Amino acid sequence: MKRLSICLTIVLTTSVLWGADWLQFRGPNGASVSRDSAPPTSWSKTKNLAWTKDLPGMAACGPIVVKGRVILTSSGIEKRNQLYVLCFDADSGDELWRRQFWATGRTLTHPFSAVAAPTPASDGERIFAFYSSNDLICLDLDGNLLWYRGLAFDFPKTGNDIGMASSPVVAGDTVVVQLENQGDSFAAGIDTATGETRWRIDRDHSANWASPIALPGKRDGRDVVLLQGRSALSAYDAKTGEELWKYELPCSTTPSVAVSEDKIFVPANGLTVLNLPPTASVPSMAWESSQLNPSPASPIIAGDRVYTVNSSGVVTCGDVKDGKRLWQQRVGGRHWSTPVVAGNHMYCINSDGAVKVLDIAAKGKILSKNDFGEPIKGSPAIVDGALFVRSDRHLWKIAKTP
Amino acid sequence: MPQFSVWASKYRVRFHRLGLGPHKDDLDMVLRRFGIGYNTGTNLNSLRFVSLRDVMSSKTFFAAVAASVVSLSIILSAAAEQVDVDALSAALRAVGPKGQGHREASRAWRALSKADADQLPAILAAMQGSGKLAENWFRAVVEAVAQHQLDSGGELPIKALEKFLADTKQLPRARRLAYELIASVDKDAESRLIPELLNDPSLELRRDAVAVALIKAAALETAGQKEAAAAAYAKAFAAARDLDQIKEAATKLRSFKQPVNVPLHMGFVMHWYLIGPFDNTDKKGFDVAYPPEKEIDLTATYQGKLGKVRWFEHTTTDEYGIVDLNASFHRPKDGNAYKLTPEHKGAIAYAVSTFVSDRERDVDLRLGCINANKVWLNGKLLTANQVYHAGMEVDQYLAPGHLKKGRNQILVKICQNEQQESWAQRWQFQLRVCDRIGTAVLAQNRPLNQTASK
Repeated sequence: MKRLSICLTIVLTTSVLWGADWLQFRGPNGASVSRDSAPPTSWSKTKNLAWTKDLPGMAACGPIVVKGRVILTSSGIEKRNQLYVLCFDADSGDELWRRQFWATGRTLTHPFSAVAAPTPASDGERIFAFYSSNDLICLDLDGNLLWYRGLAFDFPKTGNDIGMASSPVVAGDTVVVQLENQGDSFAAGIDTATGETRWRIDRDHSANWASPIALPGKRDGRDVVLLQGRSALSAYDAKTGEELWKYELPCSTTPSVAVSEDKIFVPANGLTVLNLPPTASVPSMAWESSQLNPSPASPIIAGDRVYTVNSSGVVTCGDVKDGKRLWQQRVGGRHWSTPVVAGNHMYCINSDGAVKVLDIAAKGKILSKNDFGEPIKGSPAIVDGALFVRSDRHLWKIAKTP
Repeated sequence: MPQFSVWASKYRVRFHRLGLGPHKDDLDMVLRRFGIGYNTGTNLNSLRFVSLRDVMSSKTFFAAVAASVVSLSIILSAAAEQVDVDALSAALRAVGPKGQGHREASRAWRALSKADADQLPAILAAMQGSGKLAENWFRAVVEAVAQHQLDSGGELPIKALEKFLADTKQLPRARRLAYELIASVDKDAESRLIPELLNDPSLELRRDAVAVALIKAAALETAGQKEAAAAAYAKAFAAARDLDQIKEAATKLRSFKQPVNVPLHMGFVMHWYLIGPFDNTDKKGFDVAYPPEKEIDLTATYQGKLGKVRWFEHTTTDEYGIVDLNASFHRPKDGNAYKLTPEHKGAIAYAVSTFVSDRERDVDLRLGCINANKVWLNGKLLTANQVYHAGMEVDQYLAPGHLKKGRNQILVKICQNEQQESWAQRWQFQLRVCDRIGTAVLAQNRPLNQTASK
């Protein structure tokens, strides 16, 4: 009877489900592009600011949006071992629930960062909250704990006292985490249902803050994840951890790889682009460009264009076919937050919280300037024509208001 | 007239009270999607009442049907009950590293989450004996049970929780949770309960008590009551165990020209014998057992990296016990920048201190070090960290150890690498000896006049 009622609930509610979700760092396929309508390009306290919420602690990560819920993590400021998972109603901003935990791993970070640095991920039913302390927490959408792993508790030499920031990614029924550091350095695939380790592989003993990415679709019937490191880009079977290929290439350790249907965009030597085969075979070089130099934000792939923001705050647009530089636009400031695109609008948020919205169909023309007034390091989410931004101490929803 | 949204709103929390939490938000979502919104918290305000005309419109009618089905499914689900806390808690306590015990713990968690709120003290008591992983499983179930109760309009068992809080034999984190539950519904809980906990075994409760004490001291200061303020700051300082609070109280005491001894309060070891450099070219010396790892003879001479080396005495005057090896080994500078000299780059120093203890006891040796390091106590390796230039903080590395009565020997190995960046030139460490909550454990042979007190 319980199953029947659940089925009925699902049937009746699927028709009323929300638009596309934003389930991970940089959203669908890690491209930082929303297929929904674009949010407003300008806002103020009285216009197009749907709501703002005070948050406990602080974070260097962004929100995700799952079935009408905005999920984010946070960590204590003085009490750095205090971990939070927070859930807000995407429409009203009401806090639906919050859960608090005690970190089991290392909690030292650079003052600019926070223990809540990785952006959480979701498979649409479960939330995977990850932290610099290497605690990996799985909750359902109502905040019920499904399982709890302390990956640094398991391997006490795993940690980086500057902070760790690699975000988890879900591929099939495995959540993949990358814990590269000078101590016990590894990547692991964790069973999403039980929290048990499917596989664990050693990685380079050096700091790396980049995040893994799951390839869209399957390759030879497998879910594949890419992990970048200081010496190579590697592909792994997400379920078994089997290395499928390795491409020798010294990758950056902060901006993360992006992918399109047929290309891999690697922050290496500026930007190095590989042809992504439909099978699980080794990719080949397509092109590389030192003019496209993502730092520290990750590259953005929108249609047949690739966009990067460099450390001087200049957005560069390139052609995905050959890397030819098409235009540049100065947005200013340092961008830890990877810009997001919806329609022809790109929202660039620098670490001071200043925002420039560009028209990417008009060579990056600046449409507007806005300011959140406080530091922002995490990347935003766009769902249903709304921009969700997490600043140090607040959650913001930018959407058309009457 | 069916007012489905109102009915559903009112009874949604009661359904949730019956342990039907997983479905509550589905109901909320359905109703909101059809423009039937209300506050999703415990305060059932802002209801939009549904009229007959509204009901007969297809959109609202459909929503009402959807809400009814969801509500029906909720009714048919399991209700809350008195659960077997002992048996279920055992499964949570059995959670181990690497996913051990997860399946049983997940099943037990789901069952425990349906517990009646009156069982909260029992669940908290069952945390005794939990490891750090299990403490989080318990924390989540306590929060879930409490939320269910409050969302349904019920009350928490405050008297029982206060009794639990007062029992210092209970697990510190369990007591902390009890306090948080009380404070979530009682705005006066902090002023009523916290000030008495200045010397509490729970670090979290103690921290809150010190925070309250600092605020009171500040108020006395603002009121011009200097003597009372100084005494209040001194009381807060004595109780503080968190570095930020220690620093705050110490700064205030100094402003009142009161004596304050941070190294004494924190247990920093200030007096050392140093020797070096030994070779750490290509970081290979980390695992090389140079002579100090085999014997401590303060009169001996050994072959070091670039010639003969011998022990020399050093007492730091840094308030946080920092021993600066660049300065101790006379590293030359070029202007403001250190020179990249082979004696100081790719080099290893050892520091040894004799710690006379009045009794046998367990302690923490807490190291802060910007370089790769190892720490031994009486020849036993307590910690080894092959990490270079990833920050340095007080209590960065915790090494539990055991002091014997009488003389103990603390040996530290500090390995500098060959990085040339300006931010990779520090070569230093700090170490303190304390108990598990950070109270200083002082050596009987501590040199009284050589602490960095002001």
